[in-house]
Amino acid sequence: MILASTLTTNLAILVLAGFIGFVVISKVPNTLHTPLMSGTNAIHGIVLLGGLLIVGLSGNGTFNKIILVIAIAFGTINVVGGFLVTDRMLEMFKSKPKAGGDGGEKKS
Amino acid sequence: MNLPMASFLQDTSFLDVLYIIAFALFIQGLRGLSGPTTAVRGNRIAAVGMAIAVIATLLNQNEGNWGLIVLGVAIGTAVGVPAARQVKMTAMPQMVALFNGVGGGAVFLISWSEFRLSGGFVDTPTYITIFSLFAAIVGSVSFWGSNIAFGKLQEIIPGKPITLGAGQQFVNLILLVLAVAAGVAIAAGSHSEGLFIGMLICAALLGNAVVLPIGGADMPVVISLLNAFTGLSAAATGIALNNPALIVAGMIVGASGTILTNLMAVAMNRSIPAIVAGGFGGGGAVEGASGAGEHAGTVRSTTAADAAIQLAYANRVVIVPGYGMAVAQAQHAVRELTKELEKRQVEVSYAIHPVAGRMPGHMNVLLAEADVPYDQLKEMEEANPEFQRTDVSLVIGANDVTNPAAKSNPSSPIYGMPILEVNDSHAVIVIKRSMNPGFAGIENELYYDPKTEMLFGDAKSAVADITAELANI
Repeated sequence: MILASTLTTNLAILVLAGFIGFVVISKVPNTLHTPLMSGTNAIHGIVLLGGLLIVGLSGNGTFNKIILVIAIAFGTINVVGGFLVTDRMLEMFKSKPKAGGDGGEKKS
Repeated sequence: MNLPMASFLQDTSFLDVLYIIAFALFIQGLRGLSGPTTAVRGNRIAAVGMAIAVIATLLNQNEGNWGLIVLGVAIGTAVGVPAARQVKMTAMPQMVALFNGVGGGAVFLISWSEFRLSGGFVDTPTYITIFSLFAAIVGSVSFWGSNIAFGKLQEIIPGKPITLGAGQQFVNLILLVLAVAAGVAIAAGSHSEGLFIGMLICAALLGNAVVLPIGGADMPVVISLLNAFTGLSAAATGIALNNPALIVAGMIVGASGTILTNLMAVAMNRSIPAIVAGGFGGGGAVEGASGAGEHAGTVRSTTAADAAIQLAYANRVVIVPGYGMAVAQAQHAVRELTKELEKRQVEVSYAIHPVAGRMPGHMNVLLAEADVPYDQLKEMEEANPEFQRTDVSLVIGANDVTNPAAKSNPSSPIYGMPILEVNDSHAVIVIKRSMNPGFAGIENELYYDPKTEMLFGDAKSAVADITAELANI
């Protein structure tokens, strides 16, 4: 019974998230579609959490440890790289007080 | 779960609250992407959400193996940060493909480790097994498909469709059936790791087989589709791991990828299955080739000096950029030209077709990099009614998206595709390397229109030449 309710709760979350996703993403203009793609890329890097959760469980053998480290590395590339590159792109879309010849190289 | 010793921070309800805060921040962040002024903050809000989700996971009382976590995160940071900082805006499609691929890779590796850890899903509720297997298959398809897309965009792999010919769809179908059959056998109680690896291999081959036959011009659809796949596989992982943040984030990405895929397919007037089945108009190329001979119309070529005069005395100029502008890295040269024209009180805007370039919004990013103001970038619906009062349309490296045959010639392979109606403007200047037809292999009737003049050459140097000539007027 507990399992069944966990499944149905999660399915409900899944379906609602799908509808919210459609509503929110539909409002993004064509012009920002590349940053949208790289931003959502960063968000699906959240699979990183899966790697972090499983690597903590006991019983992982050497091979498992190797694939989990790779999975965590992949997830981190996805998250960190995705958010950074999106930030870089979006900075370029912000209106600038004085239009210069070269933009987009602002680094913190 | 509430052991007496466990601290408040490790309480599962508390962690769930953190996950809920995290996904609320993702949604709020994406809402910010509805406009350029709020977008930067939106992206940062989503990043904060991600940080909270990661912290919540690390607080989990089962957490351990800190060395491995630090190692994985360090490798990922060392690779991801420089890549994100240094990538050129023209290379953004392949960067997005690569980031998408590693996400899919992480998903299938996580499923694999779950399988191994549970001894082949022994004592695992069937639904968890099914979602894990779904994640493994889709994640693997996404990983390999994205890598092939990356290879094509980076030109490591030829951009032309690579197909097995007529048998392609049959092979794809067989691979899909084999992967699903292996998954069903595992869900039905097989604990064989060989079967699981076989399933991953079938999915990997399927990822290759689906993307290899797809040509460069169809890339916007493929990248969007793979983006949706990775999102859905992440959501499935979320259900398998009972993690609400993963479910919500994955599903929203799945919805986003689906919307983009659909938009791209509509903008090409093609169905998603037809694109996935591969090869833009094998028939179209043949037809285009025969059409080339039939075209008796003359093509008029012009010089940079004449083009400069035409532009300088126009009241209103619309620039139509395409993939050719990206290849030539001409966006800064185009911006310089625009500035010169604006000094002469010429009203300049940019008309951007949804599938111009190699990913959704590709042109907009390049022009934003060159400091083109956001409000000069017009979407197709906004730009089309304006062409009639446009003196000169300057087409830079765009081809099929301007082809009037899409409206006038029912026998054209691109008939029905929405186009930028540049032929409505008073005059058209097309900057193009040669008369070679575009990717689709379709003759562009625009070039034979009496009001069209062709300026042959590399986009960047041709635009720079026009700018230089403007100074002499």
